[in-house]
Amino acid sequence: MKDTQKQSSLAIGILRGIAGFVVLILIFLLGYIFITGLPNVSWHFLTSPAKAFTAGGGIGIQLFNSFYLLILAMVISLPISIGASIYLSEYVKDNLFTDTIRTSIEILSSLPSVVVGLFGFLLFVIQFNFGFSIISGALTLTIFNLPLLTRNIEESINGVSSDQLQGGLGLGLSKFETIYHIVIPAALPGIISGIILCSGRVFGEAAALIYTAGQSAPALNFGDWNPFNIDSPLSPMRPAETLAVHIWKINSEGIMPDLSKISSGSAAVLVLAILIFNLSARYVGRKVFERMTSAR
Amino acid sequence: MIGKAKYSKDRGFSMDNQKLAKQLMKKSKTARYERMGKLGSLAMLLLIMVIVIGIIVFVTSKGLTMFFSDHISFKDFLTGTLWNPGTKTPSGHPAVGALPMIVGSFLVTILAALISTPFAIGTAVYMTEISPKRGAKILQPVTELLVGIPSVVYGFIGLSLVVPFVRNTLGGSGFGILSGTFVLFVMILPTIVSMTVDSLKSVPTFYHQASLALGATQWQTIWKVVLRAATPGILTAIVFGMARAFGEALAVQMVIGNASLMPHNLISPASTLTSVLTAGMGNTVMGSLQNDALWSLALVLLLMSLFFSLLVHFIGRRGSFKK
Amino acid sequence: MKDLDLLNKNNERFIYQFESGSNILMATKNLKIYYGDTLAMQNADLQFKKNSITALIGPSGSGKSTFLRSLDRMNDGVAITKGQIYYRGIDINRPEIDVYEVRRRIGMVFQRPNPFAKSIYENIAFALKRRGMHDKKKLDEVVEKSLRQAAIWDQVKDDLNKSALSLSGGQAQRVCIARALAVQPDVLLLDEPASALDPISTAQIEETLIDLKKDYTIIIVTHNMEQASRLSDYTVFFNLGQAIEYNTTKEIFTTPKVKLTENYVSGNFG
Repeated sequence: MKDTQKQSSLAIGILRGIAGFVVLILIFLLGYIFITGLPNVSWHFLTSPAKAFTAGGGIGIQLFNSFYLLILAMVISLPISIGASIYLSEYVKDNLFTDTIRTSIEILSSLPSVVVGLFGFLLFVIQFNFGFSIISGALTLTIFNLPLLTRNIEESINGVSSDQLQGGLGLGLSKFETIYHIVIPAALPGIISGIILCSGRVFGEAAALIYTAGQSAPALNFGDWNPFNIDSPLSPMRPAETLAVHIWKINSEGIMPDLSKISSGSAAVLVLAILIFNLSARYVGRKVFERMTSAR
Repeated sequence: MIGKAKYSKDRGFSMDNQKLAKQLMKKSKTARYERMGKLGSLAMLLLIMVIVIGIIVFVTSKGLTMFFSDHISFKDFLTGTLWNPGTKTPSGHPAVGALPMIVGSFLVTILAALISTPFAIGTAVYMTEISPKRGAKILQPVTELLVGIPSVVYGFIGLSLVVPFVRNTLGGSGFGILSGTFVLFVMILPTIVSMTVDSLKSVPTFYHQASLALGATQWQTIWKVVLRAATPGILTAIVFGMARAFGEALAVQMVIGNASLMPHNLISPASTLTSVLTAGMGNTVMGSLQNDALWSLALVLLLMSLFFSLLVHFIGRRGSFKK
Repeated sequence: MKDLDLLNKNNERFIYQFESGSNILMATKNLKIYYGDTLAMQNADLQFKKNSITALIGPSGSGKSTFLRSLDRMNDGVAITKGQIYYRGIDINRPEIDVYEVRRRIGMVFQRPNPFAKSIYENIAFALKRRGMHDKKKLDEVVEKSLRQAAIWDQVKDDLNKSALSLSGGQAQRVCIARALAVQPDVLLLDEPASALDPISTAQIEETLIDLKKDYTIIIVTHNMEQASRLSDYTVFFNLGQAIEYNTTKEIFTTPKVKLTENYVSGNFG
């Protein structure tokens, strides 16, 4: 009996060690990224364009591209995901059709992002002749984003009590109206957290973009906001290297003298952005919930 | 469908009732909303399905081009060890041997999973069984954060820390399978942890109580009861981790050295399917043999990903707590 | 205990028949409700008089809620309902009938208060807006009128923009009643509306219902026999998916015709 007790406490001690080790890994990772990276981050770094051969370049355009692509991808994927998750959570019955659909969403979510990127390359860049462009990138990111966003929204919808749906139906509203105008608003805290978490994932994605949005960031004219001009920041047809792609690109073939400074600075900015996405997902979701349930 | 004439004749209702019957039988705006909404949301769902089918069909047909248009044999592709499409091997076969990449992909994936699994299970057990409070407060956010860190950042850290470390301790260039494994280990660890936590949490509490009541120690309970009961979920978690490792492109590509050679040891430059794809796709011309060969690699990647999905499905079917 | 004929072996039943010329607002005929292959309700040809309160009582699983939900076709998609359901003489259990218009005219209040995650005002006005009423003044009027009818106006009139989720159970249930009244139904179905509430809120809801009787026909499911006897004019006793006895409330609780009913109302089973 004593032996088994000893064995038990030993095993549990080892487990504690392992858990501590994992925490140490994270602390080390974050510490390394921020300690080496943050000193290189300045307002100039965040706002000025990159330089290919000389020191002193920034990540201004890449940062803008990342946000612009993120917003476009979200705007395209939200209606699709909301529609699909409404159907999945409220209309499907258990049959072969449902099984097929759920399986295909599962498959999409586990596809390597490089495969999604290659498909986007084939379809948008080549077939539709969009070239390496914001629009190709945004559509590819949409495909990459759809399965996870759909699952997140579906879970949030399922989390709303069926009493709400019953209440709407009892008033003579249609099922869809009730879901769209009552259930979805009630699910908003979860949906918003889900959107922010997915945003973090999209923001950091690079493999799906290198052959769709391209690996170059031509100079932009930030005075021109007409999306039909090719050097306007809003132009959907211009190539757009994002921050994540930039990190990969300069580490693989960059030749500027301050390469290590730029890449560690970029990594710090990227991780900081993800950190903000992660933390705000919890915070915003909770705030929305509080606002909905309490007095204004 | 509207049988109001017959209806009023049958029952002989007053004028009032005929008016009401008409009102009740008119398709309301609400009914139209319902139809449109339902069809619209179904269309969105079907769109996703079409995309998935599109990906599979497109990549498959591009991936098979090399075999059917360029008349390369599957055998040369799967067993050849020389990768230089467009040229011939010394023995006269086309140099499209993908074996080095296939081996590279499997090596990094399996090694990373082997190292990650004990760490992941240990952490997950700590989070759910030993210190749930600290688990929820510290480790849960930690794993969520680790899941969220983009793969290029892992690649960057691999490049600036792991590669020099391997170079300085074991010699060589530092690029190779070992560095790739290290990077992937850290990358898939949080994925496996969080999924294992979910499956451990789904073990009913009366399993613990029954076991502890029988006089088993905490460790015996964890080892013999909880982990046993959660095995299907844990397996799923590991397969998910492996799928992620197998499909990861940039982080691996940055540290593995990108030499399409059979790996002789863990510290010589090697390559994986994804690394060759990302490095090569931009340097080939659509429709050329060089390009077709890359698409064949993409097909292998797709098939492996489908295989992992199937495996997850299969394990899930035999899961213990769902019926 | 021997004389407790729980299974009602002789299949004794008594169903009250209204005299011809009575103002019958709703009625069921040949009603059979199936869950899959299971017959959940039969022998329930009942009539409901205009501006009366009818209570549906019976043990859990007796089918009283299933019956109630079939009256505004809330069972659509859940169960298969066969037979006729007459509303003002028109069979509404037919595919060509617009179910949404039926549910507007036959309102429903549920067991658990289920206010929408919106403001109190929006809870009432929402369905009207969806039906095309956008005149702010008109909406204000309806909101006030409905809340007054549900006897909650005085408590919430200064907080109309407050989230309805912040209300107490009793208040929330009143808002749900107001919400149902706002779309101008003429039948009100209530499924154990007070079972989740404290005694004071329950008494208030009962008072409100008695007030509402002059404008609405009310059918209420309850497991609380005192409530049924206090509140209703007619009572139906359900058991094992059949209407066993239908009579005036007074008769049911003083001189029931069927042994089984007597056992139930005297508290000997259920």
